[in-house]
Order: sequence, then structure tokens, then C-alpha cells
Amino acid sequence: MAANEVSHSPSFTKTFYESLFDFADGENIKACLQCASCSGACPFGYLMDFPPGRMIAWMRAGIFDEVMDTDTVWMCISCYACTEVCPKDIPLTPGLMTRAKEELLLAGNVPTELQSALEFSQRYGNPLGESPRKRADWAKDLQPEVPIMRKAKRPVDVLWFVGDYPSYHPRVQQSTIALYKVLNALGIDYGILGPEENSDGDTQRLAGEKGLFEMLAEKNGKAFSRYEFNEIITTDPHAYNAIKNEYPQLGIEYPVKHFTEFLAERLDDLKPLLKGNGEVKVTYHDPCYLGRANKVYDQPRALLEAIPGVELVEMSHNRTTSLCCGGGGGGMWLDGFQWEKAHVRLSEWRVSEAVTAGADVLAVACPYEPPRFEDAAKMVEGAGNLAVKDIAELLADAMEG
Amino acid sequence: MTHILVTAKLVPDLVEELEIAESGTALDMTWLRLIINEFDDHAIEQAIILKERSGCEVTVIAPDQEGMDDVLFTAAAKGADRIIKLVGDFEEGVNNHALARTLAASTKEIGPDLILTGVQGNDDFDGSVGPYLAEYLGMTYVGYVAGVTLEGDKAIVHKEYPGGLIAELEVTLPAVLGIQAAEQPPRYVAVSKVRQMMKEASIDEVDVLDLDPSGGLEISSMYLPEAAERAEMLDGDEEEIAARLVEIFKEIGVV
Amino acid sequence: MNNDIYVVIEHLRGQVADISYIMLAAARDLAQVTGGEVVGVLLGQDVKALADNLAADKVLYGEDAALAEFTSDAYQLALAGLISENEPRAVFFGSTTIGTDVAGVLSARLDLPLVSSCLKIADGVIVSQICGGKIMAESGLADTTTFITVIPGGYKPEEGQGGPPEVTPVSVTVADLKVALKKYIEPEVADVDITKEDVLIAIGRGIQTEDNIELAEELGELLGGAVCASRPIVDQGWLPTARMVGKSGQIVKPKLYLALGISGAPEHAEGMVEAENIIAINIDPGAPIFDVAKYGAEVDLFDLIDPLIEALEEAR
Repeated sequence: MAANEVSHSPSFTKTFYESLFDFADGENIKACLQCASCSGACPFGYLMDFPPGRMIAWMRAGIFDEVMDTDTVWMCISCYACTEVCPKDIPLTPGLMTRAKEELLLAGNVPTELQSALEFSQRYGNPLGESPRKRADWAKDLQPEVPIMRKAKRPVDVLWFVGDYPSYHPRVQQSTIALYKVLNALGIDYGILGPEENSDGDTQRLAGEKGLFEMLAEKNGKAFSRYEFNEIITTDPHAYNAIKNEYPQLGIEYPVKHFTEFLAERLDDLKPLLKGNGEVKVTYHDPCYLGRANKVYDQPRALLEAIPGVELVEMSHNRTTSLCCGGGGGGMWLDGFQWEKAHVRLSEWRVSEAVTAGADVLAVACPYEPPRFEDAAKMVEGAGNLAVKDIAELLADAMEG
Repeated sequence: MTHILVTAKLVPDLVEELEIAESGTALDMTWLRLIINEFDDHAIEQAIILKERSGCEVTVIAPDQEGMDDVLFTAAAKGADRIIKLVGDFEEGVNNHALARTLAASTKEIGPDLILTGVQGNDDFDGSVGPYLAEYLGMTYVGYVAGVTLEGDKAIVHKEYPGGLIAELEVTLPAVLGIQAAEQPPRYVAVSKVRQMMKEASIDEVDVLDLDPSGGLEISSMYLPEAAERAEMLDGDEEEIAARLVEIFKEIGVV
Repeated sequence: MNNDIYVVIEHLRGQVADISYIMLAAARDLAQVTGGEVVGVLLGQDVKALADNLAADKVLYGEDAALAEFTSDAYQLALAGLISENEPRAVFFGSTTIGTDVAGVLSARLDLPLVSSCLKIADGVIVSQICGGKIMAESGLADTTTFITVIPGGYKPEEGQGGPPEVTPVSVTVADLKVALKKYIEPEVADVDITKEDVLIAIGRGIQTEDNIELAEELGELLGGAVCASRPIVDQGWLPTARMVGKSGQIVKPKLYLALGISGAPEHAEGMVEAENIIAINIDPGAPIFDVAKYGAEVDLFDLIDPLIEALEEAR
């Protein structure tokens, strides 16, 4: 923890409270019933000194400063579970929790792991600390070539926003290449930004770094404006959320779809290509930023059901009640911190649900998940044979038969 | 009030592949990405810690290199009182003798009691900045410092030796300390704070006319070391692999 | 100026540092080209015996109470006199916490050039390694006495051991000091400091259970090293945080890093890529650990450990 303390000015509570009105439906906070649904729905609520409901109570009592003295706000993984259940539709995740993290961050109270992810994002445009020049290296040896906009020098139908982990993480690159195969098989006219692409910044924003988010969004906005395309598709639900809901507030407006939406629209073209790989029980994990945050529940399932031999089974938490993998809101960069507080991993909880559901395959649609769930599967009893596959991978595999 | 001066410089970012210029005797600057020397970053942090603890005045001074403005504004956002940029012909890189001479010339007017600088930089080829600066200013130099306390005209300094041994030294000021590590890792400053500082603070500029690199050696040849290869895979059954491993242990000298 | 090569002998608390022997080996290579002698410069009090094992042609011994413990300004004063009087062809300093406190200041004070991070001397050429080992740079001696700071890796300490050489006392002037040693603070004796071990047995998720750590510890004992781990093992509470290697753990550079069941994710690799010899045992041929390892074996570590322990016991 840095040395400087959060400022305890008497008006701090008031200023903070009023800043929450700026969010869509922000004034709903005045109607909080203190029902504690949020604390109950939060997967880490039992570990927080101040789950959202209690935060609001403290604010009403004018003693919000105390909330800022704890570090358990960093347990929030911005998964929208609280927001989903709030009977008064208070924007708890995008408003209250994100603002609270912003204040902690401004005061320098940042766990070290998160700090380096933020520094890397600032310096390299990705939280992994990888060279920006190598952002398209995953595509280097692929034939046919992946068109990079700067070199292709032509308009494309679809700009594919690849994302951080899909570009750099060795495991997630496999999913990226699978999506590349599916796009090619469908004859989609697409291009990528390559080294000109920066992190979408959404997870940094949800971890309280609004300024960094804006900086990254501006860079992406500039890159978008250099090229001609009809729409954007994203590999990552977080990028999808950012470009759809946050970038327009900065004047960066483009039609955007998550790849599962985009492919579901082309099911008729896709189906004849899918040969299948025998009978397999698949369960689907709804990513927070595709499901709860953006209400995309059916398209990923429709894609899975289109694969011959796939029997779709549901886990006990699904759709609106889906359980976060633990990577959101900065959780991806707070593994050690959260482990020390919790001594449980949400990813392991989720994997055991998949095992209980009797699934052979845990299907995912968010790049945070393959490495998290695969690691978890090594630790969870009975998960030895559970395969973790991105929907794009299942589709590409089914095409090869 | 004690006046602390911190000197900073940028060094090649080793996250990127480095390339050699056509001359064969220097790095290719066109492909070089520069970042703050991490030890200088620690020196800035240590100065801010001292300011918070003992109420010092902190000035940060650095040569004009691509990206230095961000570094200086970040230092200001952390709490530096004054930020100064040396403006001159730094683009092609200068050696540490030359850098120390220009820093010394500007420093004389500032008149600090204590100078903190990173103990080394990854591109140092002619030693590090700190000792030269100290000598040109007639100050004392101590390097590999991790921990500084001010006591009147003395600094109590923790100097690190290998194996975790620490020497507690009393250094009479004025002095230059080569910082190995601040008492805590450099703090994070929110981007919005840095952006605000860009609007509020200003960078003082000092013109540097000539750079005198004497004291450094000329590089006759520069090249990349031979590339590392993928592991040599050991074949055979477990017994054979075990036997081969023991041979390797012997070659390495650990058995 | 004469053709002799001086080596400033580093020692701490009665022990000659390995870098001193390494410098003597480098100085020998240079002296063969210049045609001069290798001269050790030993400063201190009551430390004449430390010269006995130095592979130098002769040793200049400067004794003074103010030199009893290393301080930068006392060494600077003593050496400034010796160097300007004798004008050797070159002076070697360690690129260490001691050598770098002295070499740079003397380069400025005596207006003599300095080249740093010398890894070896090849046919009279100074070969330096900079930019975290990513760049090699060569230079030749200047026309004047040249200062060279040396990093380990190019020579083995044994190459600079020999003697005993002839020891000549020299007078040194040390006065008006600004740096005073108040005390030494001993390192905390906390478990094991994995950054100081020559041999590390590293375990990852592949070790599967806490009980299996014993197997790694047995190997560690046989090889005279310690057990360290990747993040999950520490998260599980199976080993203390001080044993963690990687991004949020320690950075280690042992002689041998034996990685058992570690995949080598970038977060881990960051802490160990600079180990001298990485040997990876992993059942997964695609594990990235094989990209940084020198040797690898694609076997189940549990099938290998027993034969390996047997083979090691036999070898001893």
C-alpha cells in the first residue's frame, strides 16, 4: 500500500454520493431499501467489510470515509450479480463499486499486482506487459494471412477487435486461431488492427482507472477512424461492453457485436460446415459482460446446439445467476490478493458445478476463462477429464470433424 | 529545509527486441522504445518518502528524451515540487560522463543538500551517472542504497551487500546516493492525476550547449549474443533420463 | 605508464569475494597482451593473509585503520594515490556494491576513462555485456590508464586462485572522511533465501499434493539446494511466500533450476529465466518451460523422481 491516505474532508461523503447520480439510473440509489439482496448475491459479499448495501447505509449516515479505509472493496470482481438482483435497479456495479475503486486508486491504495497491470496498460497498451509490436504475432505463420488494416490498405466489412489475452496469452491464442478459422470458413471479409490495437480498457475502468480507460479508448478511437469498415466484432465480452456502452460517451461510436452474436446471425451458413465429433455433453458458462451486463444469453447456446452431437446441459448457476470466473473488475490482476482474503477460488467453484452437471466440456466465450478454468480443473476433484473450450474452438473442431 | 535533487534518465525498454544500427557500433535508435530507468524511479520514490517524512523540497531533473515529459509530470503528480528538463542534443543518446557533466553544471545553481539517482541503468557502458556527478560537484558518493534517513547535516544510509548484509553508514552532506531500492516500491499515480498535472504544472527548461563525453570508451563493435534455443530434449526411459541428468549435474558442478 | 594490470581486491568481513578471483583471471588475459604483470591491490587492516590465494604476480598491500571496513571515500583516497603514482595500464574493479562506489569517482577525479560490465577479455579486447544481457559491446584500451568494471560469468573463480604471491606493503593516505560505518545489520534468518541458493528444485501444480513436496525436498537435499515454487503452491499454503518464484515472488538466478511439473507461464518465467541452467521435467511437450530450459525431459515427474534419487545417491 502506498503511504498517502484517503482524504477525509467532511464533504467527501456528500461529493462522493452525489457523483453517483451521474450514472444512468444513478438517482435510484436514493431508493435503496437496505434489503441486502446485493450482499447476498455477491460471491465475495461475506468477505467485504462494506458490501454495497452497507456502503449506502454508511453514506447515508455521513461516515463514508470509513469505507475508504478498508481494502476489501478490491474483492469486487464487477460481475453484476448485485446489480442484477437489486429490486430498485441501482447501478451498483458500474456506479457505486467502480467509483469506490476510483477513490481508492486516487489515494494510491492499490494492491501491487493490480498496480503493475495498470502500469503495463499505460506503457504498452496491454496489461500483460508484452511488446505492442508483437500484438499480431499470433497470426504470423497463418495461411491464409490475417489482413492487418495498415498493410491491407482497403476497406473491410468487419473490423475484428482481437483483444489483449486473445493476442498474447499462449492458451487463449488457440481460441483466437479457432475464431480465425471459423471466420475464414464463412468467407467473412475482415481485418485486424494489429500493433495499432490497444487494450479496450474496460477492466482497467472497472478497477477504478477511469483516466487510463479514457487514454486507451482515445487511442483505439483514433485507430478506428483511420480505416473503413461496416462493423466491429470482438473476441472479448469486455471489449464488446466497452465499445458498445462506454466508448460512445467519449464520442467513439461504431456498431459492435460479440463474435457469438455475429456468428449466430450466420447460423444458416455455419450449420452445413459443422460435422461434429460424436456425442458430447457441453455446459456453457455465461460470461458476466456478455450475459448480465449485455443480456446476450441465447446466441452462444444456439451456436453450441448447432454442433451435431452436442447435448447442452446447464449448471446450477446459469444465465442471470451465472457465477463469475473471478477475473472481472481487476480480479484477473488480483489473484494473490483475493486468495489471501478468501482462500477460495470462484473458478474452482464454477468447475465443480460443471462436473456436477455431468459435462464433458465447459464451453466459454470470454478470453479470461480458458486459463482460469483449466487451472481450476487441475485442482478440483473429478474434473480431470473436463475439457475447457471456447465456443470458437468447438466450432472450429466441429468443422474439421 | 533540506533540498533533494533527483536525476533521472530513460533507458532501452528490454521488453522490445533490441537492434544494432548499421554502423555496427550502436543501438538502432529508430526501433528503440525508452522507459524510465527503474532505479531512477526508485530514487524519485525515496525522495518523495523523505519529503513526506521530513518535509524536504524535491526537484527532479532529467535530459530531454522522447517520453521524458510524462516521466516528469508523473513525478510532479507524486509530489515533486519542481521539474526541470535539460534541453540539448540527447536524441542519439549520450554517455554518462557527458550527462553527469551537464547535470553538474545545472545543479550548481540549484544547490541541493542531497542528490538521489538510480545506482545504475541497463545501458550503462561507461559506469553510472551518480559517481561522476558526485565528483564533478565535489560531493561524497555512496551507491547500492536501500533506505535513507535525514539527521541534520547527515544522512543515515543503508547500503546493501550481497547475501542480505546491510551496512548502516553515516554520510556527511552534501552527498550523492545511488539508489538500489526505495523503502517501498514506486507508488501508482492514477492517469487522471498525471493529466491534471500536465495542465497545472510546468517543466522548467535549461539549455545545454555542448556535451562532453570524454571519459567513456569508443565502442568498436556491438552485436547481439547468440540466440538461446529450445531445450535439448533428453530421450530414453526414466532410468536413462535420470542417469543423463546426473551427468549434467556433474558438468554444471552441483554434484 | 607501465604495462601492469591492477586488480582491486574486494573482501568483506575476512572473506575474499569471488569477483576478485574472476578479475584476476580477466587481468591475466589482458596482461598477456600488454606484457605486464598482474598486480593485486589489497586494502584493509590485518588482512595480509587474504593475499595468499590470489593468482597475482604480486600484491600491493595498503594498511590503515580507516580501511578496516569498506567505505567509499576511504578506498577512493587510498587508490587515487596509488594509481596516479604508478600509472598502470588498466585497473579492474568489481561491478559490485564495492567496486562501483570507487571506480566511477576515480574516473572523474583522475580524468581516466572507464568501461563497465566487462564479461571477458578476448585477445586484448574488452567484451562487455549490457542491456540486461541482450547486447554485447566491444572496446579496446584507451591511450591512458583504463578502468574496467567486471561482471561475473566470463571466468570461474578458480581460474583466479593460486599464489601465494609476493606481498609489498605500500603507504596510503586516508584522511578527512565523510562516510562512517555505524554498524552492520545482519540478514534476517527467515526460512530459506531462495535468491542465494545455487540449486533450486522448483515445483508447480504438477506436484499434485502437499505430501509430494517431500520428494522435491529429498532431491533438494541430495543436490545441496532448496525447494521453491510457482504461485499455486504458495497460494495453497504448502510453502511460505518467500519461496515463490515469479512476477509477484522472487527473481532467482541459481546455477541449476530444476523445474518439476511447472508449465512455465510467463508470470513464472519472469522470475527464473536468468538461471544459468534450467532443466525442465514436464509431461506436456507443449509446455512453454521448454522454450527457456537448456535441457528438458517429457516424462511424468513421479516416474522420474525415484530413479533420479537413486542415481544421485549412487553418484555420491
